[in-house]
Amino acid sequence: MAGIQIKNIVKKYGDGFPAVNDVSIDIADGEFVILVGPSGCGKSTLLRMIVGLEDITSGDMMIGDKRVNDLAPRDRNLAMVFQNYALYPHLTVYENIAFPLRLAGASDSEVDAKVKEASKTLELDEHLQRKPGNLSGGQRQRVAMGRAIVRDADAFLFDEPLSNLDAKLRGQMRSEIARLQKKLGITTVYVTHDQTEAMTLGDRVAVLKRGVLQQLASPRELYENPGNLFVAGFIGSPPMNFLPAEVEGTSVKLPFGTVEIPADKAEKAAGRGLLIAGIRPEAFEDASLVDEARAGGSTFSGKVEFVEWLGSETYAYLPFEAPPEVVKQLEQLEKDLDGDSLRTQLVISLDGASRVREGDQAEIWVDTSKMHLFDPATGENLTVDLSNAGRIPALDSGVPA
Amino acid sequence: MSATTTAPAGVAKTPKSKNASDRSVAENRLGMKLVAPALVVMLFVTAFPMLQALWLSLSNYALTAPDDRSFVGAQNYVTALSDPLFWRTMLVTVGIMVVTVFFELVIGFVFALVMHRVIFARGIIRTSILIPYGVITVVSGFAWQFAFSSTNGFVNAWVPFIEDNFNWFGEQFPALFAICVSEIWKTTPFMSLLLLAGLAQVSEDMIEAAKVDGATWWQRMWKVILPNMRAAIMVAILFRALDAFRIFDNIFVMTGGAVNTESVSFLTYRQVIEQFQIGMGSALSVLLFLSVLVIAFGIVKLFRVDLAAARQEG
Amino acid sequence: MGNTPLRKVGIALGAALILIWCLLPVAWIISLSFKSQESITNGSPGFFPSEGGFAGWDNYVAAWDNEQFRRAIFNSIGISLIATLLSVIVATLAAYAIARLEFRGKKLVLSTALAIAMFPVVSLVGPLFDMWRAIGLYDTWPGLIIPYMSFTLPLAIWTLAAFFREIPWEMEQAAQVDGATSWQAFRKVIVPLAAPGVFTAAILTFFFAWNDFVFGISLTSTEAARPIPASLSFFVGSDPFNRPASLLAAGAVIATLPIIVIVLAFQRKIVAGLTSGAVKG
Repeated sequence: MAGIQIKNIVKKYGDGFPAVNDVSIDIADGEFVILVGPSGCGKSTLLRMIVGLEDITSGDMMIGDKRVNDLAPRDRNLAMVFQNYALYPHLTVYENIAFPLRLAGASDSEVDAKVKEASKTLELDEHLQRKPGNLSGGQRQRVAMGRAIVRDADAFLFDEPLSNLDAKLRGQMRSEIARLQKKLGITTVYVTHDQTEAMTLGDRVAVLKRGVLQQLASPRELYENPGNLFVAGFIGSPPMNFLPAEVEGTSVKLPFGTVEIPADKAEKAAGRGLLIAGIRPEAFEDASLVDEARAGGSTFSGKVEFVEWLGSETYAYLPFEAPPEVVKQLEQLEKDLDGDSLRTQLVISLDGASRVREGDQAEIWVDTSKMHLFDPATGENLTVDLSNAGRIPALDSGVPA
Repeated sequence: MSATTTAPAGVAKTPKSKNASDRSVAENRLGMKLVAPALVVMLFVTAFPMLQALWLSLSNYALTAPDDRSFVGAQNYVTALSDPLFWRTMLVTVGIMVVTVFFELVIGFVFALVMHRVIFARGIIRTSILIPYGVITVVSGFAWQFAFSSTNGFVNAWVPFIEDNFNWFGEQFPALFAICVSEIWKTTPFMSLLLLAGLAQVSEDMIEAAKVDGATWWQRMWKVILPNMRAAIMVAILFRALDAFRIFDNIFVMTGGAVNTESVSFLTYRQVIEQFQIGMGSALSVLLFLSVLVIAFGIVKLFRVDLAAARQEG
Repeated sequence: MGNTPLRKVGIALGAALILIWCLLPVAWIISLSFKSQESITNGSPGFFPSEGGFAGWDNYVAAWDNEQFRRAIFNSIGISLIATLLSVIVATLAAYAIARLEFRGKKLVLSTALAIAMFPVVSLVGPLFDMWRAIGLYDTWPGLIIPYMSFTLPLAIWTLAAFFREIPWEMEQAAQVDGATSWQAFRKVIVPLAAPGVFTAAILTFFFAWNDFVFGISLTSTEAARPIPASLSFFVGSDPFNRPASLLAAGAVIATLPIIVIVLAFQRKIVAGLTSGAVKG
């Protein structure tokens, strides 16, 4: 087993467009790292460069202490689970799992022992003599993982392995992958566009946009301290709300009224004119349900257009007007995020006990300590807590990777 | 593949020459290595002899008198093209091509429709349809020649208005008719399979939508099914027409070229193999080849056949 | 689609028509092969052997006793099998490259294949006749095997390339990651998956070689290499209009048997192969 160091990796295709641009990620031995981003962000390309299925235009790819840029996939000793599993339909489950061992010329007894062990771990014992064509999606997925774990590979690579499963099975397999990775303690790189997978599986998550690494941090850090608008909008569901904001002293003027923010945040954002405020839906609450102890935020009033009651919580939607400057930035963000429609409306998550109804003029409380302020021109998060935000490449200019 | 090191400024602008990575260089090399044997075999038997034919066609060369060989320029071509015999064979060949392709297309389409819809005995029908395809052309020629024979055949007895002692092979048109029957019999199944594949690609949904929209069977056929099978039909016509233009086996077996049933292929063959007129035969070979090119080009242009589809690209 | 009785009758009629179309001439040649040779000489019109004109297996025995005929069958089987084997191997390599790799000259190969598929075979007879005599391939097995290969390669390459395209890319990549060399990936993963395609290409190639007539009559002169179609056509008395019809019919039936066996055994694969090549779009 070994760590993987991705150093200033660039991938350019024939047209000169960089699909992956100067990405550096240091993956420790045994770590579970997720590459996430909307389609076309270069995450799969990056994974395929690690495994050797794509050429590297420049930069260094290190596995352990070895530079592997010029090694063929078979010489890199990595195991990969493909999106469609790539099971060999002409071989039985047993022979599928044994395939890498057979290629390596392992003895029959060794093959048998390892395949049996893998099939036990993955609960495939009763299917060993079947052909992949007769298996269910989840079983195929496990066979693909079996083929990976018999190898004693230096690392596992997953390329959107759950995208072909239905929602229920996806949840199951997700926890199974997590369990397996903990058990084997093997370095793992996992590509997905699904942020739930990214948040639940990874020790650290690398968020990519158009070939550029945006932020590399733990899921919690990403959620609480997104480095820029893109990361803030990408992580979290329902997504973070973005509102036009103007800071004056410690008060922030939002479309629904003026709220007070902590002094340290106000200081970082002072004198910048029009900004974009980012507030997660759960930072809001029905003011009537907020007890004294939680006070410290601000209260404002807004007209609720639409309510979704989910039992444990209630989503309320409050439309607002935004100046063209902000709208333009939000439209660009929407494009970057793969068209996840971000209408200029506030989505807030209230307690299930809230009695707010459609058409109400509701009193809403907001925890302003959780508010972020973004520069509308650059998208940079002005109020980020750098000590708890992992690595934000855009900010470490001059610092060697 | 150029190994020259270009200036760093050109890196992004000349990706092909500079950024050809090891992998794509290796892929390029492997690809060429893998196709090389096929290309060599194909060209060895076609391009090289064809060039030789081009050269020989310019000389007066007969195996019967090899020493009299001399360069005569375009003389052979002039002789051939000014000989009514050549034009007569050309007319016969084109006639056979048009008639056979037309009937194959119509009958083949009916067969394809039946095979597409038939539920019972599907396997038997598909197996039977392959039998004419598999039968050697020579055997088909014999079978039909004997069937049309007045002494030992059955056609005269079975077909009304034909006298029992009518000799089909005594005159040009009846003989050509018999030849066309053999040709059509053997190749219609192939045509119907090509059309069946095209038919299978027309989506059922679309046909049902047309039905809901109130189209009659006939309208559905002409406005929905046929336009969507265009590519399949055109490729089938192209291949079959070129095949029919090369007709040789049936003529050789059924009439031996008698009663003005010679095709261009047959004439060429006779010059070279029977009369050893290599020079003249080569000129005819070249003319035959050119005719095929013209016909292929004509069909492609006329019907706007998608050659990429025929070549299976993409 | 509707299932009106009229429609059903139409389809049934059509199916019957297809069966008659396909089988009648075959039945005829079989029937002819049982007519006695005397009755043929005297004239014996009609579909079935006349009374007293039934020959039993005589014609088959006579055909099989003919040394030339036996040699021709042997030549045809040998030449067709070897040509098929070689053609399929060469075509598999080329088709793999065409379906999977980016390389210069791909267009050239595709265009050459298309051109050859349209090539008038007869226009090669002269030059090849000349060439083969010069290099000693005239009237030999290789002298036929080589042209058969070149003319079956286009169809074989198309058929195989279509099959290769259907194999997901991931298969090979997975094999490479699993530690396979390109060659191992090709042999252990791609070839087994493409086996049905290889098989189809083989059958089509065999059909072509078995059916060929032009090369058979012009590039051979003796029974050393003359294949069955050529041999049948030369199986003629002095008068081309009074051939030993029933004897020929028996020979024709024997020559057709291998094809019928192949068709019966592999109907599905042949249909798939025929239709995958030419039609797309």
